[in-house]
Amino acid sequence: MKLLPSPLVCRDAVELVSDYLDGTLSRRDRRRLEKHLAQCDACTAYLDQVRATIAASGAVNHEDLPSDVVEGLVNLFRQYRSDN
Amino acid sequence: MDDAELLESLLGGDESAFSELVRRYHPTLLKVARYYVGSAASAEDVAQDTWIAVLKGVERFQGRSSFKTWLLRICANRARTSGVKEHRSIPVDPNESGPTVSAHRFDQGGFWSEPPVPFTDAVETRLDNSALVDAVRHAIDTLGEPQQAVVTLRDVEGLSTQEVATLLGLSEANVRVILHRGRARVREIVEEAMKGSKI
Repeated sequence: MKLLPSPLVCRDAVELVSDYLDGTLSRRDRRRLEKHLAQCDACTAYLDQVRATIAASGAVNHEDLPSDVVEGLVNLFRQYRSDN
Repeated sequence: MDDAELLESLLGGDESAFSELVRRYHPTLLKVARYYVGSAASAEDVAQDTWIAVLKGVERFQGRSSFKTWLLRICANRARTSGVKEHRSIPVDPNESGPTVSAHRFDQGGFWSEPPVPFTDAVETRLDNSALVDAVRHAIDTLGEPQQAVVTLRDVEGLSTQEVATLLGLSEANVRVILHRGRARVREIVEEAMKGSKI
């Protein structure tokens, strides 16, 4: 007889979200989570927030590096070029 | 220009290609270095040494890995050596177990009592949402180690879990746990910052 997986409550569902988005959950946990998400708007909103957070992380760029830091390293480049 | 084109220009001695690579990667080098060494000043030294190593080694770079991976490996190796000299051990997440969402958000049965609301209703415009991106950047900067290094390498730089594990001397399982906790913390900080105003 096949045991049915126990249903998730929200407190446990949120702990599976990161691995779910990375596709690293076991098939059993993925099914449990998807079943829960199908019935839970709040956890779907949570999943949505984490997904948005990851997407926004990928859009972070580093244009704000102080110009004196860049200048210092470019000077290093000039020094290296003149020595070699 | 992509990294390969910048590298080509750098090989020809193009100063602007070098400064573009610095702008692109220096902040991440600092974060990788900071994971291993004890101070911001030591991290600066490691990042600077990394750029010198790049200038010395760029002609021998075979392109078997991406430039980004090669650069970050140089940095991690140097930082690890500096960290060992400083007798510094690899940071451990002080909150490695326990719930990632505050217990007061749930009722006794484990269901939301204070449910989250989506950051934005306009899903399709999310990637253009600079306010969200700024909030996330700020949140990542406030993370402690090892979460900051893991989230930066995995979600900002887009490296694989395996690459992150190699760079930071962690198991892949450990990277996944730290990443999960780091993402949950970033979400929490952003949610707090955005309370009352949809972005």
